[in-house]
Amino acid sequence: MRDFSYLRANSLDAARQAAALPGAMLLAGGTTLIDLAKCGVAEPDSLVDITHLTGLNSIDVNERGATIGALARMGHVADHADIKSRFPAISEALWQAASAQIRNMATIGGNLMQRTRCPYFRDPMNFPACNKREPGSGCSAMGGVTRGHAVLGTSDACIAMYPGDLAVALVAFDAIVHLGERQIPVDDFFLLPGTTPDKEHAIEPGEMITAIEIPGTAAARRSTYLKIRDRQSYEFAAASAAVGIEFEADGRTIRDLRVALGGVATKPWRARAVEDALKGKGLEPDAVRAASLLAIQGAVDHGANHYKIELAPRVVARAILRLGETA
Amino acid sequence: MTVHNIRHGDASDGAFAEAVGGRLSRVDGPAKITGAAKYAVEQQLEGLAYAVLVESTIASGKVRAIDTKAAKAAPGVLQVLTPDTIISLKTAADWFGTPPPDKPYCPLARDITFSGQHVAAVVAETFEQAVAAAALVKVSYDETPSIVDLSDGKAGDGIPIDAMTKEWGDAQGAFASAPVRICAAYNTPREYQAPMEPHGLIARWEGDRLTVWEPSQWLDGMARTYAEWFDVPFENVRLVSPYIGGGFGSKALALSHGAVAACAAKMLGRPVRLVMTRPQTFTGYGGRAATRQTVTIGADAQGNIQSIVHRGVNETSIDGMWVEPLGSVTSIMYATPNFSSKQNVVRVNSVVPGAMRAPGENPSAFGIESAIDELAYEVGIDPLEIRLRNYAEQDPHAKKAWSTRQLREAFAAGAERFGWSRRSPEPRSMRDGNQLIGWGVAAGTYPVRRAYGEAIVRILADGSVEVESSSIDMGQGTYTILAQTAAETLGVPADDVVVKLGDSRFPRAGVTGGSRLAGVMTGAVYKAATSALDQLVGLAISDPRSPFHTLQANTLVVANGRIASPRGDGPDVSIAELLKSVGRDHIEATGDTMPENSTPEERYKNYTTIAMALPHTEGDYSRHSWCAHFIEVRVDEDFGTVRVSRVVSALDSGRLYNPKLAESQWKGGIIMGIGQALLEEGIVDRRHGRIVNNNLADYLVPTNADIPDIEVISVGIPDLHSSVLGGKGVGELAIVGVAPAIANAVFHATGKRVRDLPITLEKLI
Repeated sequence: MRDFSYLRANSLDAARQAAALPGAMLLAGGTTLIDLAKCGVAEPDSLVDITHLTGLNSIDVNERGATIGALARMGHVADHADIKSRFPAISEALWQAASAQIRNMATIGGNLMQRTRCPYFRDPMNFPACNKREPGSGCSAMGGVTRGHAVLGTSDACIAMYPGDLAVALVAFDAIVHLGERQIPVDDFFLLPGTTPDKEHAIEPGEMITAIEIPGTAAARRSTYLKIRDRQSYEFAAASAAVGIEFEADGRTIRDLRVALGGVATKPWRARAVEDALKGKGLEPDAVRAASLLAIQGAVDHGANHYKIELAPRVVARAILRLGETA
Repeated sequence: MTVHNIRHGDASDGAFAEAVGGRLSRVDGPAKITGAAKYAVEQQLEGLAYAVLVESTIASGKVRAIDTKAAKAAPGVLQVLTPDTIISLKTAADWFGTPPPDKPYCPLARDITFSGQHVAAVVAETFEQAVAAAALVKVSYDETPSIVDLSDGKAGDGIPIDAMTKEWGDAQGAFASAPVRICAAYNTPREYQAPMEPHGLIARWEGDRLTVWEPSQWLDGMARTYAEWFDVPFENVRLVSPYIGGGFGSKALALSHGAVAACAAKMLGRPVRLVMTRPQTFTGYGGRAATRQTVTIGADAQGNIQSIVHRGVNETSIDGMWVEPLGSVTSIMYATPNFSSKQNVVRVNSVVPGAMRAPGENPSAFGIESAIDELAYEVGIDPLEIRLRNYAEQDPHAKKAWSTRQLREAFAAGAERFGWSRRSPEPRSMRDGNQLIGWGVAAGTYPVRRAYGEAIVRILADGSVEVESSSIDMGQGTYTILAQTAAETLGVPADDVVVKLGDSRFPRAGVTGGSRLAGVMTGAVYKAATSALDQLVGLAISDPRSPFHTLQANTLVVANGRIASPRGDGPDVSIAELLKSVGRDHIEATGDTMPENSTPEERYKNYTTIAMALPHTEGDYSRHSWCAHFIEVRVDEDFGTVRVSRVVSALDSGRLYNPKLAESQWKGGIIMGIGQALLEEGIVDRRHGRIVNNNLADYLVPTNADIPDIEVISVGIPDLHSSVLGGKGVGELAIVGVAPAIANAVFHATGKRVRDLPITLEKLI
């Protein structure tokens, strides 16, 4: 932990200007940043505290959708009545993330910026090689302990898993990330590692997440987030699925289906192949299970994480079938 | 109360909460809840400096060079310690008191035998400066190949530990001719104590006197070690540890980080604080050793055991020795005419493993209690019935009577409460939707380890009472039960008793480990308080100034802080009034449980080593606590996730000094057992020989959401062969048998036998 300067931003523009400087980082809830600073990964020269900015913590929900300010706390969003009723998958994803103490501190914007739990990424002293931390230095995880690593979206440079829950639900429901005036689909906000695993988000210096917008849809209204993990609480997903369904008027034919996976990929993972395979069809258990296998198309394991390839489709199938039961 | 008048230790014990056997709440609770309790490293000392450790990043080899230039130049740095610059210490005796080799001891290593070994330390004006500078220390190594763990091809068969061999009859022959035979291998991984309070200390020298504020399960043992390291008299070292944030076996010994801090304080002439980071707690001292066991059982067609052959291996470090006694439960749980148990230890590049809640008994029970379950299915009888059929009526190894063994009662009480008779015997025969339901049973045991302790009981002028002992309370309730013991023995309210623990200046005590402290210290306080009471009553009867002097009484009654004649026909005065009338400002008595006429040398050895602990089979009896766990699991058939949904455990810890606290300890042990069964495993990177999940986000211990309601039932009776007041061990017992009960339940649920802990989802998917 090295010395850094601290600036309390008093306007959005001031924050963005200060954060654009080399070595600067934004400080919101601090739950990820302080953790990464303690393990020697985050070594900012300056911190720009945005927690005192006003107007960034609102939660607005109407017929068209929801707009959540970047500084809204995870716990507040999870417990918001309209989020619960119109976007149950969002609320459930948040409820099952982290711990109550962290949810009370962590912000929605910061949540999107959460970094991987790869133990090699998090231990620079013992594992200097990490392409995500030091581009070109190599990957210590490959050939090491990989039980928690990704099976989808990996590259020769990086197999680090995206650990979050909320963004999985956001990807399923086509949320938009507001970077001030610029707006991009959340699926495009998260980048595949490719040859540049250090570049995780489509955000440029001087940009700041200001809000997340989630379109209101029937599928979002009938949605769920199913998270499977070793420990029942305060634990990252072994595999998770955000699923939403809209039925035709007959109440059984699938008009719209949304499926995204967590705990298995290098970014929140939309499984459109599963969606396409089941749209227009009825909710038959065997067909759902067969289609769910498409969720892990292209998956590559690294030994100890092979179980994720078995597990993920089962999680998807269970989530879809459970939503059907509530029809 | 006399010792002849002891009641049962169950929840109905104790007419009132403040008596021994009553459910008095923790007297240290308010101080801990409000933050008033000051833990070791919270001391505010003038001139405090901060030390941070630098650890090896290789598992095997030599330190070639340490470049300290940048660190020394960093802001606030006072000192960079390396093997070349740290002062030389003497080697201290081990915990058996074995005379040490006459060679220097250096707590910073040149020869590296595990990843995370301390190689240097930085001391600075602030903690942050020390952390920053420690990152600037550049250590270069000559690396050599390491032995990662027990499964490493280079590990070999290890070293036979002959002292662990237990044999009778012809185990191999009887196994060969047995009509029913099972043979299986059971593995447990490295596990970690993970106390909430990480290890750390503040060391301060004043001349040749050292004060150490450090969480400690054994003040006198650790004080001796510091004294020997620094070659100063034992009396010159003061250990202070009034509160401890969990130990589970890991805080009983002075460790190398403590030596580093004390060296730094001596060299600087300032008090130095050193606290391990959470990752350092995974390599700075040892957790539970990884173990491998093979259990073979030969039985007749009715499931009567004819032979048990057991082979065990645990890992130890390259230059340290840790034996996890794997045959400890195997050799006593069931009656068998033929038995053989042998054990090896294997050296690997790891920190030397250490004690963790029920060392030996815990993994041992995982082997035998899984194997007997396998035998039950092989024979086709109920897993509870097979245990009763092979019930050991006496200690099969020592061939001695049990002092008390309420295990049959535990099986009966647990089965009744759990509803075991409603169990459907076939695996995979109980379900609830996607959840496969399984019921498992397993027994546990822990020996009664007996040692000695001293206490002072002081009746003060205001009638209040002080109890002092260098024993400790790490959450198990020592403060409370000693207050109860003094209160009941003296006849005063427990509120009027102040118990002072955790200072090596107080009367001495041996290690708080092996579940022995409560039995030892209640005995010492009982004796001291009895002696103080005798003095008090003696004064009241004989002192001419006493209002009782004219009564010509033989004895008096002290109750609720007041003194009266037995017939109630005389004066009735408070203790304070009596002391005032006879002109005394206090009465003081020391009590101990040492043999009569013990020499000072024997006392010193007893309190500072474990060499004098009494064997649990000493004399005519074999002494143990016992328990039976009945556990229900729910296994998701698609996901392989195991959740414990119900626990009923019946336990025999003899008389309970405080059922509320005993139940809390039992539940804590069961919770820790659930973690062991389902979650806990130190995962090693095989290329680097390093634990990679060295933090509490990745080394999983149970959360509240993982723990169902746990019902515990006391089936114990007073056991006066085990302790002065009739109790047996509590703290370690309850974890023993939990993991096999869960593994057995998982088999019942799924038909899959998992013999490698923890039972994670990929083993069932």
